[in-house]
Amino acid sequence: MPKNIKPIYLDHSATTPLDKEVLKAMLPYFSQKFGNPSSLYSYGQQAAAAVDRARQQAAEFLNCQPDEIIFTSGATEADNLAIFGVASALKKTSGGKFHLITSAIEHPAVLEPFNQLEEQGAEVSYLPVKKNGVVDLEVFRKSIKDNTVFVSIMYVNNEVGSIQPIREMGKIIEKINRERARRGSRRKIYFHTDAVQALNFLNCDVKYLHVDLLSLSGHKIYGPKGVGALFVKSGTPLAGVQLGGHQEKNLRSGTLNVPGIVGLAEAIKITAKHREKNNKKIAELRNEFVSSLRRRLPGIIVNTDFKNATPAHANISFVGAEGEAILIALDLAGVAVSTGSACASASLKASSVLLAMGIKEEVAHSTIRFTFGKNNSRVERRRVLKLLPPLVRRLKRMAPEL
Amino acid sequence: MQYSKKVIEHFRNPHNQGRIKNADAVGQVGNLACGDVMKIYLKISENKKGESIIKDIKFETLGCAAAIAVSSALTDRVKGMTLARALTIEKDDIVKDLGGLPPIKVHCSRLGVEALHQAINQYFKK
Repeated sequence: MPKNIKPIYLDHSATTPLDKEVLKAMLPYFSQKFGNPSSLYSYGQQAAAAVDRARQQAAEFLNCQPDEIIFTSGATEADNLAIFGVASALKKTSGGKFHLITSAIEHPAVLEPFNQLEEQGAEVSYLPVKKNGVVDLEVFRKSIKDNTVFVSIMYVNNEVGSIQPIREMGKIIEKINRERARRGSRRKIYFHTDAVQALNFLNCDVKYLHVDLLSLSGHKIYGPKGVGALFVKSGTPLAGVQLGGHQEKNLRSGTLNVPGIVGLAEAIKITAKHREKNNKKIAELRNEFVSSLRRRLPGIIVNTDFKNATPAHANISFVGAEGEAILIALDLAGVAVSTGSACASASLKASSVLLAMGIKEEVAHSTIRFTFGKNNSRVERRRVLKLLPPLVRRLKRMAPEL
Repeated sequence: MQYSKKVIEHFRNPHNQGRIKNADAVGQVGNLACGDVMKIYLKISENKKGESIIKDIKFETLGCAAAIAVSSALTDRVKGMTLARALTIEKDDIVKDLGGLPPIKVHCSRLGVEALHQAINQYFKK
């Protein structure tokens, strides 16, 4: 990062800066009101009251009951708890081979637990996506079998920003559950969504979405890292994965992260309050960025389907230049972005999300993800538009003719 | 993952970048699907002892910052060298020249050395 230049952050899908108001709300809970909410004396009860308030706020946002919320260390833990927790509870009550459904473009926090359940004998369908990164509803409907018991589909994909038809899927599942009940079957399908990337932009009312479980995270919504939550509709079978302290109705043991939980609730409150205004601002920034960039670099490929994505995402391929090189060159100029290139991943494989969308490997390697946030400005956009095209052209010139 | 200062210097201002018209030998490795392609151009002449030397070398690379830095450092190292000596260059030499590479990027240095060796072998076959 260069000195003397204010850096520009365009990777809000990775994490977001903590909102000052959120920090203010959290501060008293570090060293003044530091009690353990499980303690019975006043220190503890003060902390417990703050957690209760936070739970109430989160419940209002999701339109659920406060006791349907389990605080976790983040969305990865929430996803793991949802998937392993339901699978393990169902295993105890019903026999036979389970069929589970997820999509090919899920976050590893969902995919890897499914991989593990598959190794343990469950049958898993990994649904493909259309070219725009969205699961086809008909494909989804057809994938449901008589022994399907659990579905997990993300609300918004982190790499391209595509929005999945969660509400429609939820309704399909409810209809099948009603039919099963009519036939006298006690086997239900439980529906989980990882809503981490959706919270800032979309309706997360769990009744509107018709979901049984929903994961969320603090640090993607200008809240703190290390805290998240899982909504679990009452009556959903769930077994705790982390055992020991009996917190959160014994479904998530571990001393509650009080400042984190307070911060999460404050971040939820702020994002909900300013959602429309921020969505509009961010969409304007992103749309103008992409159309200006198209004029300056005619060969770019825009992988985000703006008609079906968050206003923040612009996933773009700069064919002929390599993504990691663009990322590093941008970083040297003070701009933070991410890439779908293999050269930037620990696995040395191109982004599986882009490949699942039918994007060729050579194109995937040249991909940069820009994700705008509420604090970005037009001045920043102008600066990036000025420095990005020459930087891409320079890298292209260095490449051999192929 | 963090790049050394040397890597960043080479990436910012690569040495010997470009192509040689009427090159005496060309080597190219990698492919688009894996993301890195390196092409090395050589101009060969003889020194006073009558040995073949690399008179000029240029590279063209499509790849990550490490791949570009490797190409640049490699050309620096072998320019003026006899072909026999250049063939003894190993990837670790380049990694050392760059002040180290993140472990996951070490394969980029192998790619550079392979492109050079391919060019030299092509010259010998002529």
